[in-house]
Amino acid sequence: MTELFAALVPLVPVALLAGVVGLDVVSFPQAMISRPIVGATLGGAFLGAPEAGLVCGTALECLALESLPVGASRYPEWGSASVVAGAVAAVGATNSSFPDVGAFAVAVLVGIVTAWIGGWTMVQHRQLIARFARPRLDQLAAGSRNTVVGLQVFGMTLDLVRGVLLGGLMYCLARPVATLVNAFWTVDEDLSRAVIVASVAAVAAAAVWKDFHAISGTRRLFVVSLAVGTLLVVAGA
Amino acid sequence: MPETERNAPALRADTASPPFASPPDGPPLPGALRASMLLRCLAIQGSWNYEILVGNGVGFCVEPALRQLPGGLDGQPYKAALARQSVYFNAHPYLAALAVGALARAEVEQVAPVRIERFRTALCGPLGSVGDRLVWAAWLPACSLVAILLFGFGWSPLGVVLGFLFLYNVGHLGLRDWGLRNGWKHGLRVATALGHPVLQHGHATLVGYPRCWAASRCRWRSTGPSAGSRHCLPFPWGWPSLRPCLRYSSCDCRAAPRDGASFCSCSRPSSSTRWCVDG
Repeated sequence: MTELFAALVPLVPVALLAGVVGLDVVSFPQAMISRPIVGATLGGAFLGAPEAGLVCGTALECLALESLPVGASRYPEWGSASVVAGAVAAVGATNSSFPDVGAFAVAVLVGIVTAWIGGWTMVQHRQLIARFARPRLDQLAAGSRNTVVGLQVFGMTLDLVRGVLLGGLMYCLARPVATLVNAFWTVDEDLSRAVIVASVAAVAAAAVWKDFHAISGTRRLFVVSLAVGTLLVVAGA
Repeated sequence: MPETERNAPALRADTASPPFASPPDGPPLPGALRASMLLRCLAIQGSWNYEILVGNGVGFCVEPALRQLPGGLDGQPYKAALARQSVYFNAHPYLAALAVGALARAEVEQVAPVRIERFRTALCGPLGSVGDRLVWAAWLPACSLVAILLFGFGWSPLGVVLGFLFLYNVGHLGLRDWGLRNGWKHGLRVATALGHPVLQHGHATLVGYPRCWAASRCRWRSTGPSAGSRHCLPFPWGWPSLRPCLRYSSCDCRAAPRDGASFCSCSRPSSSTRWCVDG
């Protein structure tokens, strides 16, 4: 009983945070606390390892650059996903350390899967609001203030609940897996990190490549940034 | 020279006072009403769905202004206006504030419902495309890359998170507030605000600014032909870096023949030509 309670202690804050951050994706207030670099850092910080969350969040941010949250299209929901990923990356990590390699790999994978599922739940959420609104269209056409406000509150509450459930469920499933993988991970740490970083960097590069063709001046900016970055690395070495 | 060309206003190097009559400004948006509508704008997508999209959200945001209509909350004008504003609408969530401000003013001034409905329909496309291009395709990735850069420079988790949130939300909240104020100010002539160079070429301006600054061609000018010219910036605060380039623009302004909206064709020393509007 005590063990079960101990296991639930981190679940509650992670699930609530996933709800709040998930709400930020579309419903309120879209201040981008739902970006992976923020959400995962917060997720890690809630479990005492903000640095691990930040590393995981940066990796996911590279992936998130590829998909833009445009209108009615279905896109990955990175808000709740990044909180779960950050919390999973905190498994075995301490306050100021990088994530353990096994947990890091699992966290990135869990982040991707959760974002995909989150995208699907957002579609369901929107369909549910439409179903809720349909019988009330007459009241909307009559200018009912209560109906207008009620629909907004219903939509936002449902979105919050969606995020809480998604975050809680995915964290429950992913945490034991991360612990297990951490214990049995045998691949060299540097090699493991290199594979993960190279994978997410490839996706980020593809996203930037798309921008080359969409936004004028990006190539110039990219070359300048690359030169400055290289200079800093060389100077640092 | 053909007659039409001779009569057209010549492009001038700098325009201190544009040769057109500005559309009449509306009364200033009262502080409490502005705060209320701005807060509601943050939740404009709260009931987003596949049937009326952001329509109910627009009704929700406009509602505080509609209370000024004769009869108040129980009056027929209030109910009719709220019903009009709660039907299908689609726009970028940040720039929807521009529509909210404009529609609120039109309703408060009791413009003919047919005109309001036509205007509402016409706004959807431009607000969506301009917002997607400026925010989702340029501002958000740029802020994300800055955050990744901060991480690369070894900033603490708190520093990276706060740095990203501050930078992004300067643009985000500034754009919403600018949209609301200008929507209210211009009313049904809000298309003029949409022509702002930052909205039209925001990403290019962001990218081109450092070069412009380095060449010392776009510094603040307190004297000279452009001194005193007004520019309507979407970002009323926290955006000083864009001002020099915008102030250097030379504009040729004229009134559109049909509705009297005032458009200006502006060019910068970098030879790019853009559409902007005098604020």
